[in-house]
This record gives sequence, C-alpha cells and structure tokens, in this order.
Amino acid sequence: MAQEWLDLGFRFVVGGVFVSLFAMLGDIVRPKSFAGLFGGAPSVALATLLLTLRQQGAHYASIEARSMIIGALAMLVYAWVASRVLWSGRTSVSLVALSGLILWLGVAFGGWLLVLRPLS
Amino acid sequence: MTVSMSFAPLRATPLRQYALRFALGGLVTVATGLIAQHFGPVIGGLFLAFPAIFPASATLIARGEVHRKHEQGMHGEMRGRRAAALDAAGTVLGAMALAAFAATVWLALPDHSPALVLGGAGALWLLLSVALWWLRKRHWLAGGARA
Repeated sequence: MAQEWLDLGFRFVVGGVFVSLFAMLGDIVRPKSFAGLFGGAPSVALATLLLTLRQQGAHYASIEARSMIIGALAMLVYAWVASRVLWSGRTSVSLVALSGLILWLGVAFGGWLLVLRPLS
Repeated sequence: MTVSMSFAPLRATPLRQYALRFALGGLVTVATGLIAQHFGPVIGGLFLAFPAIFPASATLIARGEVHRKHEQGMHGEMRGRRAAALDAAGTVLGAMALAAFAATVWLALPDHSPALVLGGAGALWLLLSVALWWLRKRHWLAGGARA
C-alpha cells in the first residue's frame, strides 16, 4: 500500500516537472503561434511512457502509444475549434478552453470506438 | 516575423500559475496511470495526448493581454481572445507533430532501445512542429490565412 502511494507521488512529481518545463518553453518564445506549439508537446506522454517502460515494459508502452495517435488527433480537433471560436466569437477564453475538454473526450472515445476497439 | 526568446515572461508569471501547471501535469500523469491500470493500455494511451497545458496557458495569455490594455486605459478582452486563438493555432500544429511522435513510438519501441526511440521521437516532434509552423507562416505571408 505504501509502495503504491510512493509510486503515485513519484508519477505526480515526474508529470508536474515535464508539463512545467514544456509550459515554460512556451512562455519564453515568440510569436504566440510559435509558442502555441508547446501546447501540443509530448509532456504527459514522455513522463508516462518513461514510467510505463520501467514498470510494464516496451510492449505495453507501445500499445499506449498506438492509442495516443487518436488522442493527438482529438487534441488537433480541440485546438482547431478553440482557435476558430476564440478568433471570431465573444466567449471567454477559460470557458472555451475548459468546455473544449468535453470535445476532446468525445473525439478520443469516438476514435477508440471506431478504430481501436475493433483492433483489440 | 522571426522567432525570438525572452525570459521576462518567466519573472512576470505569478507563482500560483507555476503551481497550477505543476499540479495539473502531475494530476494528469497520475490519472493516466490509474486509467491504464483499471481499463488497460488501449484506453489509458488516449490520455497521453490530453491537452494538459493549453487551458492554463491560454487563460494566462489572455489575462496578460487584457492587463496590458487596461494599463493603457483600453478594453483588452478581444485582444486577449485573439492572442489565445493564435496560441491555439500553434497547438493545432503541435498536435499534428504529436501524432507523428506517437506513431514513431508505437512502431519503433518493440524493436529498438527505449532511450533511442523516445529521444528520436522527441526530436521528430520538435523538427516537424517547427517545419509545420514555418510552412504555415510562409502561406500566411503569401496572402493565405492569419498567422
């Protein structure tokens, strides 16, 4: 039990460090469209894959990476819709960014249902 | 329009924003691990591309623009939204490169050294996202869509 909590704590710190580093890179570069690239950086992926490789091995991590392709396409749709709505609409940034996460979930699970589930 | 770097925004970013990003990154990574543990790697892997940074970064960018305009006695809400929209446009390109990162790891990981695969896929993400941004900028300068 204590080992499980220790693992979760370690995972939390590694994820926090990777996401913070990529976010800081996005802060220091300009123009804004270039800085935005770092919103799509593999921060969570690198942290998770490093830990997964250590605990579950390469085959397990490879299956996660295959699903990640669908997650990345869902992020593409999320960011594209957010960009369009924010450029021409009057909705607040936090509302668009947070409600868009529902869109991300919808596209990601739609992709799982249509593409990944038949492969499993 | 050239790419430049300035460390001034790091000093201007409030400490609680750093704490928020750290906590979000940590929580998403923990959640991804727990989801994979309970539902398997196929579902868990989807969350490796969860947009963890974007909501916090876009809100911070918009607030910064609004604050700057307010100091000049103007409303900056629209400018704030448009700055966040440009950030999101960059994230679209980053997400395309992220799909290439994931495909590389998926295909190469079973047969090659993990360090080499993750390092190579990370380098590919950087090169591809910068190349896509440069191509988009050229298109825009030639009279296409916005930056």
